[in-house]
Amino acid sequence: METITAVEMKHVTKRFGEVVANDEVDLKLLRGEILSLLGENGSGKTTLMNMLSGIYYPDDGQIYVNGKAVTIRSPKDAFDLGIGMIHQHFKLVDVFTAAENIVLGLNEGGRLDRKVIAAKVKEIADRYGFDIDPNQKVYDMTVSQKQTVEIVKVLYRGADILILDEPTAVLTPQETDKLFAVMRNMKADGKALVIITHKLHEVMDVSDRVAVLRKGKYIGDVATCDTDPQKLTDMMVGRAVELNIDCPKAEKVTERIEVQHLTVRDKDGIPRLSDVSFTARGGEILGIAGISGSGQKQLLEAIAGLQPCAPESHILYKDEQWNPDAPADDLENQKHVHELIGKSPLDISKMGVALSFVPEDRLGMGLVANMDLTDNMLLRSYLTGRGIFADRKKPKKLAEDVVEELEVVTPSITTPVRKLSGGNVQKVLVGREIAMDPTVLMSAYAVRGLDINTSYTIYNLMTEQKLKGVAVIYVGEDLDVLLELCDRILVLCGGQVSGIVPREEATKEGIGLLMTQFRKEAQV
Amino acid sequence: MSNSAVERGEPLIHVSKRVGIAQSKAWAIRGAALVLALMISGLVIFSIVHLSPLKVYGAMFEGAFGTSRRAWVTIRDAMMMLCVAVGLAPAFKMRFWNIGAEGQILVGAIATAACMIYLGNSLPTPALLAVMMVVSVIAGGVWGLIPGVFKARWGTNETLFTLMMNYVAIQLTSFAVSKWETPIGSNSVGIINQKSNAGWFPPIFGQAYTLNVVIVLTLAVLMYVYLKYSKQGYEISVVGDSENTARYAGISVRKVYIRTMFLSGAICGIAGFLAVSGSSHTISVDTAGGRGFTAIIVAWLAKFNTFVMILFSFLLMFLEKGAVEIASRYNLNSFVSDIITGILLFCILGSEFFINYKVSFRRKHS
Amino acid sequence: MTQFISLFQAAIMFGSVIMFGALGEILTERSGNLNLGVPGIMYLGGIAGLIGSFFYEASTTSPSPVVGMLIALVCAFGMAALGGLIFSFLTISLRANQNVTGLTLTIFGGGVANFFGGSLNKLAGGVGQISVAATSSAFRTATPLAGMGTAGKLFFSYGFLAYAAIVIAVFLHYFMSRSRKGLNLRAVGENPGTADAAGINVTRNKYLATCMGAGVSGLGGLYYVMDYTKGTWANDGGIESLGWLAVALVIFATWKPLNAIWGSYLFGLLFWMYFYIPGLNRSSQELFKMLPYIVTLVVLVAVSLRNKKENQPPASLGLPYFREER
Repeated sequence: METITAVEMKHVTKRFGEVVANDEVDLKLLRGEILSLLGENGSGKTTLMNMLSGIYYPDDGQIYVNGKAVTIRSPKDAFDLGIGMIHQHFKLVDVFTAAENIVLGLNEGGRLDRKVIAAKVKEIADRYGFDIDPNQKVYDMTVSQKQTVEIVKVLYRGADILILDEPTAVLTPQETDKLFAVMRNMKADGKALVIITHKLHEVMDVSDRVAVLRKGKYIGDVATCDTDPQKLTDMMVGRAVELNIDCPKAEKVTERIEVQHLTVRDKDGIPRLSDVSFTARGGEILGIAGISGSGQKQLLEAIAGLQPCAPESHILYKDEQWNPDAPADDLENQKHVHELIGKSPLDISKMGVALSFVPEDRLGMGLVANMDLTDNMLLRSYLTGRGIFADRKKPKKLAEDVVEELEVVTPSITTPVRKLSGGNVQKVLVGREIAMDPTVLMSAYAVRGLDINTSYTIYNLMTEQKLKGVAVIYVGEDLDVLLELCDRILVLCGGQVSGIVPREEATKEGIGLLMTQFRKEAQV
Repeated sequence: MSNSAVERGEPLIHVSKRVGIAQSKAWAIRGAALVLALMISGLVIFSIVHLSPLKVYGAMFEGAFGTSRRAWVTIRDAMMMLCVAVGLAPAFKMRFWNIGAEGQILVGAIATAACMIYLGNSLPTPALLAVMMVVSVIAGGVWGLIPGVFKARWGTNETLFTLMMNYVAIQLTSFAVSKWETPIGSNSVGIINQKSNAGWFPPIFGQAYTLNVVIVLTLAVLMYVYLKYSKQGYEISVVGDSENTARYAGISVRKVYIRTMFLSGAICGIAGFLAVSGSSHTISVDTAGGRGFTAIIVAWLAKFNTFVMILFSFLLMFLEKGAVEIASRYNLNSFVSDIITGILLFCILGSEFFINYKVSFRRKHS
Repeated sequence: MTQFISLFQAAIMFGSVIMFGALGEILTERSGNLNLGVPGIMYLGGIAGLIGSFFYEASTTSPSPVVGMLIALVCAFGMAALGGLIFSFLTISLRANQNVTGLTLTIFGGGVANFFGGSLNKLAGGVGQISVAATSSAFRTATPLAGMGTAGKLFFSYGFLAYAAIVIAVFLHYFMSRSRKGLNLRAVGENPGTADAAGINVTRNKYLATCMGAGVSGLGGLYYVMDYTKGTWANDGGIESLGWLAVALVIFATWKPLNAIWGSYLFGLLFWMYFYIPGLNRSSQELFKMLPYIVTLVVLVAVSLRNKKENQPPASLGLPYFREER
């Protein structure tokens, strides 16, 4: 089949404030192909595609559709050019039916003839093999059904260029297979498809060509048949860098937290963590690896007392008086084992458990964006002291110390933290959490968006804490760093533990395969 | 190297969120809005009475501060407005839309009037005043607590809930008026305890309204301190900024909602106490007189800073009294003050946009 | 029986005023805009209609009721829509807070209306109150069927606006549930991000719904002025309390125009019931007047308890929309 270019993006740049989300990106998409857009979290994949679908407007660069230079100012412009995007967060109106959502925003005459629409929806569904009930309300649908509505919605509009943003993130393997079958049908129909993903086996499975983004820059593209997961990983994360992170052994390693059969379900009852068991030890950094959204957030929040857990779950905290060598029936010793399930964060701290937590959402959870540094230091200690007034002296001192020791760049300690750059925000947060003198320190994506120097500061702080005997749990996304920094690495895959690997045995390939359970699939 | 995307189609006006703005610049924008508002209202008045705007403002100033009595009435009413705004501050800081100040004032006023009527002869004035204050605090507090509880437990929309509570309170006031009306058939309560002055604020330093000023300014300072320095004030700020962060820090969001709404309603209840015991010595459905609504705007514009609220309260009261003066001089009705208040608030509300957003126009290519 | 008829008539009359206000506000809120300026808007509509017909009647010796009526309708709708435009500009374009802007509009509209209502005649060089007898008569002319005994009195004795309110309600129902534009509008109110992504112009929909809605609400004020106060102005705060009842009715009707029809008559009934229940003294009458608000509170709580999705407020009600929010 003759290759016809459907979309071409040239030198496209998009900035958000000081952050460059896409830096002079070039991309080409052909008709009758499935292109994988591969990249780590925050590499700018979604931003790039949002400019095709009219959500964002590029600061610089030019987009061509079917060889013609075009301007896409709004989603409507995109539809007119035959571009349809299926967003990761579905853009559906809950109280509408499937059919109503599908025809939303279309000009097909004033009357809303539900019968005619249903018939047309049926026709599209039959053509590509969808299963859809036009009269079902969206709030009654499963995620997979919602996704189907999204896809039919763009097809109904006659889109021949389809962009799917991480479509499989929410699907079961069976649903994924069904989706891929539909995608192949559409490809055979001459449509051009982009699938945004960071799951390598899916890339290998469904796409014809792979384009890779890293940190907003276009790295290159290869035909899927000419590559393998290892090569793609290298392109995605970059060549293994010499990191040289120290990993000295702590003098004493003791069990601190024992997680047993931890299961967490979200509001819709979908399991986010299933039967997770592991032990975190004082004097050790336990790395948590996994594709984003594999349950890392729920795991840390469950330990911090912020997630309702299923009844069979146990999170046992063993305090400093606990004797690891005592027999299991030593009742005196059992008093030093504390159940954290069912406790609120306040309960946990009242029990004397110094649990530090650096959450992924720094400004939305770990800090109060509109407050200054002092008041943010106060968040963990405002209840201390007698009387009705919050003591700001110590937090002020702490803020000054953190600014000095961690070299936080800020006009003053009375500046609201939302005005600081990402790296400095993180220093403030980590600085506060470490100042709590914790016995457990949890962090999620602690170096995301930070420059090299700040990242090293964070690594050193983690190691320092470990040497003090703190049990450090470090959720990371950069495998090179995890390998260098952590004593053991727990790999999560789809809410389950797919492996716990000691540092000595860990290789980047091995962990990468565990993250996607590639090994298991390969064996089958 | 022409960039055709920019030339052909970049939207004409591009709006983006500001990262931050210098305080001086923000206040300059608000100042400009104030000037614009004064110009527009000057124009409106000019078109009605054909008086030069400067003279209009001169007359308005006389109306508000021309005599010592007028000045004191202006101060008294500004204090009342300030009191309500102070009461609303903690609720708004928590991002809880308490539109129910009008009702909270009224129930406080009913409680006060009830004490004056039923206890007027049995308690000495200082004790009576103390009782009235406590009772008005409880009445207003409970009125605020109800929507707080529903919001905390079931997420009931507080804007609409508090709004409805206003009208329940207004009818309650009508009910009270009909119970207490003197003389019978007048549909008004008349001046309560006119002879004994029981339960009236005593004049201090020869001024009838000294106590009003003292109470409200004390409340304003206390509220400032409470919000800024107390543990509970800190919890309110955290909940208002992000419920997620609040939970992370171990704050019980529900408890904070309920406690804060009691406080908010209680202070509005005190405003009702001031209105009855400290100024009108009677009660009617007009006792709150829309102050509950205007104060919402004062509290919102002052960004929860009680000292800035003083400024806005006086500004609005100056406009109101001034406009009333214009109206009476030219034999017009006094509703002109609502028009001017509206214009001023529209301008200041609009100006917030230029503080929060940056507007840039399409660059011209030669 | 006469008692019942006059209660019924009073209920329909006040109910119609509330219905106009509520229908306009339903249209507005369906686009996601919570406009607490309804009382102000109804004031603006009432006074503009009155002023328009006043100048017309003053300019001619024998004013035609029909012309006066048309002028009043256009003025009322136009002025109220202008109030909606102020609200739209501030909240949609300048993203001012909707609650605060709405309350300001209520203060402003009440000020404008009561000022001109009280001073207009003086400003125009006359004495006494303004009165537009001819125009008012056009609004109060009952249908030809009014003479048909009790049924005629009950159902056909009202001016045409009372029937227009029902027609508008039915029209709005069909518009919102059966037309494309209505579907788009509801999508804007539920989820503007989704509507935007579907190619719907969110800003235009919000502007149009708010201004048209305001225009409809304004007719409620006009009906009050032309029918209840018979073409004169009364600074009695009547429009304001009916305006807030209209806001309450929107909740009571769970944002559905058809519910607003019977809901408004129920509100009208509850509003006047105290007057007709024998043996009530004045104080219990006042307690009776709480009923519409208490009923609304119960509905509001019930809606938040019973999580039926169709009865919830539009999901983005009261929130500003900014496409590039991240």
